[in-house]
Amino acid sequence: MFESLTDRFDGILTRLRSRGRLSPADIDEVLREIRTALLEADVELGVVRGFVDAVRQRCVGLELSQSLSPGQQVIKIVNEELTGILGGESLRISYASHPPTVILLAGLQGSGKTTTSAKLARWFKQQGRNPLLVGADLQRPAAVEQLRVLGAQAGITVFSEPTDAVAVAAAGLEEARRLGRDVLIVDTAGRLSIDEALMEEVRQIAGVVAPDYTFLVIDAMTGQDAVATAASFHEALTLDGVILTKLDGDARGGAALSVKEVVGRPIAFASTGEKLDDFDLFHPDRMADRILGMGDVLSLIEQAERTFDEGVATKGAAAIVEGRFTLEDFLEQLQQVKKMGSVSGMLSMLPGVSKDLKQASSMVDDRQIGQVEAIIRSMTPSERIDPSTIDGSRRVRIANGSGTATADVNALLKQFKEMQKMMKGFGKGKGGMAGGLGALFGKGRGGMPSPEAMAQMAEMGEQSELAALGAGGPFAGAGAPGRPGGGGGGGGARGKGGKGGKKGKGGGRVTPKAR
Amino acid sequence: MIPGPVPASADAVIAVAVTVPVLLIAGGSALLLRSRGRRRSGEGPAAPDPATTATTRPKPGRGPSTGQKPDTTRPSPEVRAAATTGTRAPAPEAPTEAAPAPAPEPAEAAPAPEPATYRGRMGKARGLLAGYLGAVRSKGRIDAATWDDLEEALIRADVGVGATDALLDDLRGRVKAGDISGPDVLIEALRDDLVAALSADAAPLAVPGTRPPTPGDDGADERPVDVWLFVGVNGVGKTTTVGKVANRLAAGGTTVLLAAGDTFRAAAAEQLGMWAERAGAEIVRGAEGGDPSSVVFDAVQRAASRGHPVVLADTAGRLHNKVNLIEELKKIRRVADRPPGRVVEVLLVLDATTGQNGLAQAKVFLEAVDVSGVVLTKLDGTAKGGIVVAIQRELGLPVKLVGLGEGVDDLIDFDPSAFVDALF
Repeated sequence: MFESLTDRFDGILTRLRSRGRLSPADIDEVLREIRTALLEADVELGVVRGFVDAVRQRCVGLELSQSLSPGQQVIKIVNEELTGILGGESLRISYASHPPTVILLAGLQGSGKTTTSAKLARWFKQQGRNPLLVGADLQRPAAVEQLRVLGAQAGITVFSEPTDAVAVAAAGLEEARRLGRDVLIVDTAGRLSIDEALMEEVRQIAGVVAPDYTFLVIDAMTGQDAVATAASFHEALTLDGVILTKLDGDARGGAALSVKEVVGRPIAFASTGEKLDDFDLFHPDRMADRILGMGDVLSLIEQAERTFDEGVATKGAAAIVEGRFTLEDFLEQLQQVKKMGSVSGMLSMLPGVSKDLKQASSMVDDRQIGQVEAIIRSMTPSERIDPSTIDGSRRVRIANGSGTATADVNALLKQFKEMQKMMKGFGKGKGGMAGGLGALFGKGRGGMPSPEAMAQMAEMGEQSELAALGAGGPFAGAGAPGRPGGGGGGGGARGKGGKGGKKGKGGGRVTPKAR
Repeated sequence: MIPGPVPASADAVIAVAVTVPVLLIAGGSALLLRSRGRRRSGEGPAAPDPATTATTRPKPGRGPSTGQKPDTTRPSPEVRAAATTGTRAPAPEAPTEAAPAPAPEPAEAAPAPEPATYRGRMGKARGLLAGYLGAVRSKGRIDAATWDDLEEALIRADVGVGATDALLDDLRGRVKAGDISGPDVLIEALRDDLVAALSADAAPLAVPGTRPPTPGDDGADERPVDVWLFVGVNGVGKTTTVGKVANRLAAGGTTVLLAAGDTFRAAAAEQLGMWAERAGAEIVRGAEGGDPSSVVFDAVQRAASRGHPVVLADTAGRLHNKVNLIEELKKIRRVADRPPGRVVEVLLVLDATTGQNGLAQAKVFLEAVDVSGVVLTKLDGTAKGGIVVAIQRELGLPVKLVGLGEGVDDLIDFDPSAFVDALF
């Protein structure tokens, strides 16, 4: 089971609170964890060594702060070091004084060069340039056809001829000049770095087109081999940058760190999907989080962005933050959550989620969500907005209408009330809603919460909820979902008339409201 | 709508009411802040365009229902047909192991290419581990540096931290117990352990047409059509592998039929078509952007009617964390498994350069479509493919085939001994 890195560090460092500093022994233990984490992320062994040494330097004599746990402090250092290596100077394309600006793409088979060529061409077009694509991969059947189709999609001309790779490249350059194009992108065949003949071929291609930029295209799931490959290509071609592909997968992507260290050139672009516009400038800070295994939160958010209707999601989020989240909002959000897939899967992506909550979430599937939905749907709109009006007889009605028991309706209403309380308190924390949340997020990277902040939020939400349920709650000995008859406490009493104290017309607010 | 007679449970209701808000709070607020931040800072290309990114998870085999925005990860057939320009991008390039390389492989000395062998192809890259083992052997005794060297060798081979620790811990125990005397014996023991790990669960590749016909419902014999599915993430070498397997079977006298089940990527069917030609095999294609399941179905029907014993079905590359694409693959398998078709091999094609993510891939594909074996490709490069050790240990998935080059003959059966020897 994968605990987050912060958890692991905190486990090691908890005993430190009494002492002021990290001892060498503590540091060694922590560094061992970092080493493991980085190796699991596919960072190359030599690169890991150098990195761990750098972190060691910074940890020695580190004073423990008041606001961050020791684990968080160490993570911060590691993150900073990672971001520093991955970042540094970002690539600025400067266009050649004599057009066209020539870009050469090289890499192993299957790394994504052909699609990347088209994406890059489209990117240049968006910058206002007029690119030409050259299909110089004559090795693989239908490679040129593929490029032609992609070019057509992007509205970019593709040039190729069935001669040989070097001749095509040269002819492509001529064609670009003839057509007055200002950018030339040359797609080449995949090749092994140890294949001398093919490496010689790509050197010759570079010789005839004299690229202004040579990019190595490398797959984000590449393992230890990344260094050997990058070093060989760099030696043969003198790379100007690296393009990382298939970042929409869940590989941690340590190859990025390895390649950056070895080649010393910027990672210029990140390819994040199969569509032509899934192409972006590279973000070192996001990559650092991902390598450390804290990137899942971002994937979760990205997945949510893809599947959630943005309007519904922001509306719900605003309601939460402003403390006016109603059952109506909850219903809307439930439907969105259903679309996203398994709740337990999503929760497991959040760092710092307790085992209890994960266990609870494993009970939740579409059927359960459907039941809760049914209960809410059996309410009138005004009941949804103000559930305090739902008296015993209404609860019976709702239960009958949704095919559930009144105990279930009670449970939902009670839980929802707790949820609302928690959300109100959440929004008001540290002065004001946006301020409160903003404070949690630290340095916004364009408003993105850091994974630590996400963990804190998840924890806060979870603790309030579980506290509301009482110690142990219904999950002590939780069995299979849909167990009839209910289990341990927490649920409403399964008695007649639902919750005690709200019989018939007692109290002042039980007058039936118009529907 | 009243739900059916499902026993509701207060516990389940609570579970929903607890877990979903946590999710919403964590996710929803972040979304809100992100979109606020975006609007404020006018963030550029990092933010996916909301108009094109909202999507539904299409039910397997069906396009999105009306009123929902098109799937962006991969448009459904209907949407793709409707969408014309701009937003579509087929998957990254497929593996390039295609035409016989114009430049001769260094391992080939004679005019006729010698059959691919582990030593021949991996020989170029052998230096790596040989160096470590040389250092270990030369010492004459086992010390801390020995273990460091061995660990380094295994990690660099992509065996991974978990499997490496397990292997070395076991050996450490045996050294302590006095069962292993010196470095040479230690290396042999490591080698034997690796071979044993890779041989466990070993299963041979299915032989087409050897299953007895199953009696049909009406008592008549129905000769089934074996279906071999080739699955995996993008760029690993599925199409090329299908071509190589087709060639091998055809050379052995079995008529094969290829199903161009990659209906997504531009020119994927053309690429497979060229392999079909080489192998003298028939190929069934569908409309570009069409339903891959129906291509496989048609292929099985055609094979049954023509008496071909086996269908080799290529599929589109798909990242294992894309839920809708994995669902699509499940459907392809279900359809392929309908009589007269019967799925006998589901081969996960894995690139030898893949790091630890390979294990994650194997887990998901295994769970989704019950992978029967692994094809490890591109082993002629510098990567060692050690991830298969972890895959075998954790999932019991055997490697069945190895790809050692771009030529049509560069496909051999997996031999654990030879594989481990070539590592060393």
